[in-house]
Amino acid sequence: MPAQSIWTLLSWGPDGWSDDIASGVVVTIVLALATLPIGLTIGFFVAFAKQHEEPSLRLAANIYTTVFRGLPELVTLFLFFFGMPLLLQYVVRLFNPAATIDVNSFIAGMIVLSLIFSSYASEVFLSAFRAIPKGQYEGGYAIGLSKWQTMRLIILPQLIRIAFPGLENCWLSLLKDTSLVSVVNLAETLRQSGVAARVTKHAFLFYSVAALIFLALAILSSIATGYILQRLGRRAVR
Amino acid sequence: MSVSQAVVVDKPPPLARGWPRARIVGYALVGVWILFGLGIVAYLIYAWNPEFFARYAPAYLQGLGTTLSLVSISMILGAIFSLPVAYGRMSRNRILSGLAYCYVYFFRGTPLLVQTYLVYYGIGSFRPELETVGLWWFFREAFYCGVFAFSLNTAAYQAEILRGAIESVPRGQWEGAASLGLHKLQTLRKVVLPQAIIVALRPYGNELILMIKASAIVAIITVYDLMGNAKLAYAKSFDIQAYIWVAIVYLVMVEILRHGVEWIERRITIHLHR
Repeated sequence: MPAQSIWTLLSWGPDGWSDDIASGVVVTIVLALATLPIGLTIGFFVAFAKQHEEPSLRLAANIYTTVFRGLPELVTLFLFFFGMPLLLQYVVRLFNPAATIDVNSFIAGMIVLSLIFSSYASEVFLSAFRAIPKGQYEGGYAIGLSKWQTMRLIILPQLIRIAFPGLENCWLSLLKDTSLVSVVNLAETLRQSGVAARVTKHAFLFYSVAALIFLALAILSSIATGYILQRLGRRAVR
Repeated sequence: MSVSQAVVVDKPPPLARGWPRARIVGYALVGVWILFGLGIVAYLIYAWNPEFFARYAPAYLQGLGTTLSLVSISMILGAIFSLPVAYGRMSRNRILSGLAYCYVYFFRGTPLLVQTYLVYYGIGSFRPELETVGLWWFFREAFYCGVFAFSLNTAAYQAEILRGAIESVPRGQWEGAASLGLHKLQTLRKVVLPQAIIVALRPYGNELILMIKASAIVAIITVYDLMGNAKLAYAKSFDIQAYIWVAIVYLVMVEILRHGVEWIERRITIHLHR
């Protein structure tokens, strides 16, 4: 074992690994935050399609969730990371025979996490849709709002409030799933800790650090969501 | 008057005729899915390679066996270990319940991949110490490490499922059984658990499905399960169908389980339907 003490290894700077791991934490957070709006939007529309009266829309949405909830996250990730360049290359070569395509692991991770997140979020949105009574729609139409206006002004504000606790769970599993993207060489928290572990031979130390970082992110999120929930609740009372 | 009123019942609104926008979008999306499915089938036929199949199909089958044994062993060990954890969570003893809470929070709050690394690379790095204790044979094998990490992880989730199910049974049931002279264990076995199982079945089924999906992770710590064999096949052949086949197998497994759980749920709640 190297003679460095644990505190040197964990210090900030050329001898320690804290700065490397911190850059990984930033990547983790950015990846999760970049996935969130895309996943929420897709999830909302999938849920909207699932409770629509048109059977073909329901069918399409159900296939979507069956596929992306049924596949292991890792398989989806590998299929995209290795399959997407092949497909894109095939398409691009029709126009430009010399082109080569490389998929960025951040983008691939973002797409795959959005697909997975949205299929879980759509279930949450769906049960929220079902919790809103029909009278709310009818009331909206009765005062002359269009379908889209009713959705935006009457249904959506209630939907978010009902779906919020479920979405919090989806967010927590999204945070954890970001660690999978380390497998395709994205330099996020786990990857950076793994590099540190391999170089210094202190595997237990650095993987514990990674675990504690994920734990801290989870705790921070629950504090943040608690705050948001309180704000939402206060607005409801007013 | 009253007769005619009785005849007028609430009918569901008639389905829109013609081609409203939603139907066009719906047909288009279903069309996209059909095209996608046909595309994959066409690709698999186009890329059909008897050599690939002869070479890797037995490995895939073996990998499927590894995956299934990993998941079933971990689920059973996790179920056993979840009992004391759930007991601790429900206990009135502050220390006991605090410990159980920390355990559950840690294993639910950190990614399974990190936990697996922590066991395989982390604990594995204490080789001299493990050799003196005589546990090195266990932590040397990636498969055992996978089982260890997965059991601890699923124990945390299963403890929460168990606790939720037991707490969903009203207190009156305990009191009623106590007034009939049943002691606590009898009450649990004959009164509470039969009612708790109905609540717990679906979460248990979901946990099993999640474990099957998560088991792909052990491929990264060099276990040759289904995913591990797909990785190997891809690394040797650079043929994307390695992953497509494995995706199909996982999807079929998950769908069978999902429908199986739904079927069991319909059977055991038959007395609740009219």
